[in-house]
Amino acid sequence: MQDWIETTYRKESRRVLATLIRLLGDFDLAEEALHEAFASALAQWPRDGVPDNPTAWLVSAGRFKAIDQIRRRSRYDSKVAELAREQEPEASPEDCLADAHLEDDQLRLIFTCCHPSLAVDAQVALTLREVCGLRTEEVARAFLLRPATVAQRIVRAKAKIRQAGIPYEVPEIDELPARLGAVLHVIYLVFSEGYSASEGDAVTRPEFAQEALYLVRLLANLLPNSEIRGLLALMLLQDSRRNARTDANGDLVLLEDQNHDLWDWQQIDEGLSLIRELLTQGAVGPYTLQAAIAAVHAEAPRIGHTDWTRIVRLYDLLLRTTPSPVVALNRAVALSMRDGPRAGLDAVEALIDRGELVEYHLTHAARADFYRRLGHTAEARLAYEQALSLTKQEPERRFLQRRLDELK
Amino acid sequence: MKYVALVYYDEDVMNNMSQDEWDSLNQECIGCVENLSAGGHFITGEPLHSVDSATTVRVRDGQVTTTDGPFAETREQLAGFYLLEARDLNEAISLAGKIPPARFGSIEVRPVRDLLPEGNAAGGQG
Repeated sequence: MQDWIETTYRKESRRVLATLIRLLGDFDLAEEALHEAFASALAQWPRDGVPDNPTAWLVSAGRFKAIDQIRRRSRYDSKVAELAREQEPEASPEDCLADAHLEDDQLRLIFTCCHPSLAVDAQVALTLREVCGLRTEEVARAFLLRPATVAQRIVRAKAKIRQAGIPYEVPEIDELPARLGAVLHVIYLVFSEGYSASEGDAVTRPEFAQEALYLVRLLANLLPNSEIRGLLALMLLQDSRRNARTDANGDLVLLEDQNHDLWDWQQIDEGLSLIRELLTQGAVGPYTLQAAIAAVHAEAPRIGHTDWTRIVRLYDLLLRTTPSPVVALNRAVALSMRDGPRAGLDAVEALIDRGELVEYHLTHAARADFYRRLGHTAEARLAYEQALSLTKQEPERRFLQRRLDELK
Repeated sequence: MKYVALVYYDEDVMNNMSQDEWDSLNQECIGCVENLSAGGHFITGEPLHSVDSATTVRVRDGQVTTTDGPFAETREQLAGFYLLEARDLNEAISLAGKIPPARFGSIEVRPVRDLLPEGNAAGGQG
C-alpha cells in the first residue's frame, strides 16, 4: 500500500498541485495542502481502501485541510478570513474536479510559470520545481548553482506572481502564439540542458531530456498546435541519439561516426511520422523546420547517404522565418558538406565580419574544421585553440584537444 | 488591482518632432485617456514637463539638499504616469500597450501596494 501511494504521488501529485493552486489561489498554501493530503492518504487508504478516484480525493482532502488552516489562522488575521470566505465551496466538487478542469489546471500552471514578466531563468526553475516536481537541490545541481540561489529565485518568482497579479489562466486565443513561444522556449532550454549540458563533466543529463519530453507531450495532448508537435518531433529525434553521442570514456562521438544500433529507432519512427504529418500540413514553424533537419540525419543510415542539399534548403527556409546567427552557423556547416569547406569558411567569415558569434566556441570549432579539411594546418590549429579557450564543457574540450593533437 | 504605468521615452526623440507631430501624439494621448476612462480603467494620470525642469531632493543627516535634474543619467526619462484599475497583470499589460508613447519608449507596469501601519510589503527583510 505504501508503495502504491508513492506511485500515486509520483504520478498524480503535479496534477493535484495544479488544481489546488487554482482552488486556493496561492502556490505555498497549495504545496502545504498537497503534503497534508498525502499524509491523510497514508493514514486512511490502508484502513479504508483506495477511493474510486484517488486524484479527486486528494484534491478535496487538500482543499479542506487548507480551508481549515485558513480558519485557524483567521482568528488573528481578518484578510485571511476574507480568503477563507471566498473559498467556501460554491461550485459543486464534481464540477471543479472534472477531468477537463484538471487538464486545464496543468496548462494554467505551465503558462503561469512561464509568464514573460518573469525572468527566463526564474521561468525555468519554477517550471522544473512546480510542473515537473523536481526538488530545489536537483534543479540547482543541473545548473551548477547553489540550492540557496535556486530557492531564492523560486521564492522571488512566487512573490512576483502574487504581488504583480499574474493570473492563473491559459491565455486567450489571440495572445496564445506569443505566450506559447515562451513556454516552448523554456521546455527547449530544459531539454537542451539534458541534451548537451552547458558545463561540467557529462555531455548529457538524460533526466532533464525526459522531463522536457513529458512537458511537451502534455502540451501536445492538451493544445492543438503544430509548433508543439514540431518541438516534440525535434526532441524525439535529437534524444534518440543520446546513447550514441558519447563513448565508454564519456567522449563525444560525431554524428557521422555514431553506431546506428545505439540509436533509439522506435523514438526515431515516432519523430519521423510526426514530421511527415506536419510537413504535409504545410507547417513551417522554427521547431518544425529544425525537426525536419534532424529527420534528414535520422533517415541517412537507411538510405545510405545524408541529403545535404535538402538540409541546406531547410536551413534557408529557417533563416528566412527566424533569422539567427546560430542558424546561420549551422547552415554554413551544411553548406560545407554540400559545396566543400571553402564555401563553409566564407559563410562563417561573413558572420564574424558582422561581429556575430565571435565569442562562441562552436564558431571557431567550425572554422577549424574547414581549415583542416582544406589542409591549412596552421590556421586550423589557431582556430582549434580559440575554440578550446571558449568551451566550458569537459568532453567538448577533450574532443577539440584530440583534433588539435592530430594536427601536430 | 491597481497598477501604475510609468511612461518613459527619450526626450530627444520628442524634441526632434515637428510641432504638428508632437501635437498629434498628444491628441492620441487624450484619446487614450478617454478610452481608458470609458472602460473604467483610468483612476488618474498626468504627463510631466521635461526632465530639465526636475529637481531632486534628498535628506541626509537631517540636511535637505537639492540638486538639478534627475537622480541618474538614463537613455529614457520619466514622461508621465497612469494609475490604472485592472483585473490582473495580463489586463494591465494589455492596457499599457495602448498608451501611445509605448511606440517610442517603454511603459513600466508596477502593482500598487497598501501603506499599512505595520507588516508592510516590499521591504523590511533585514
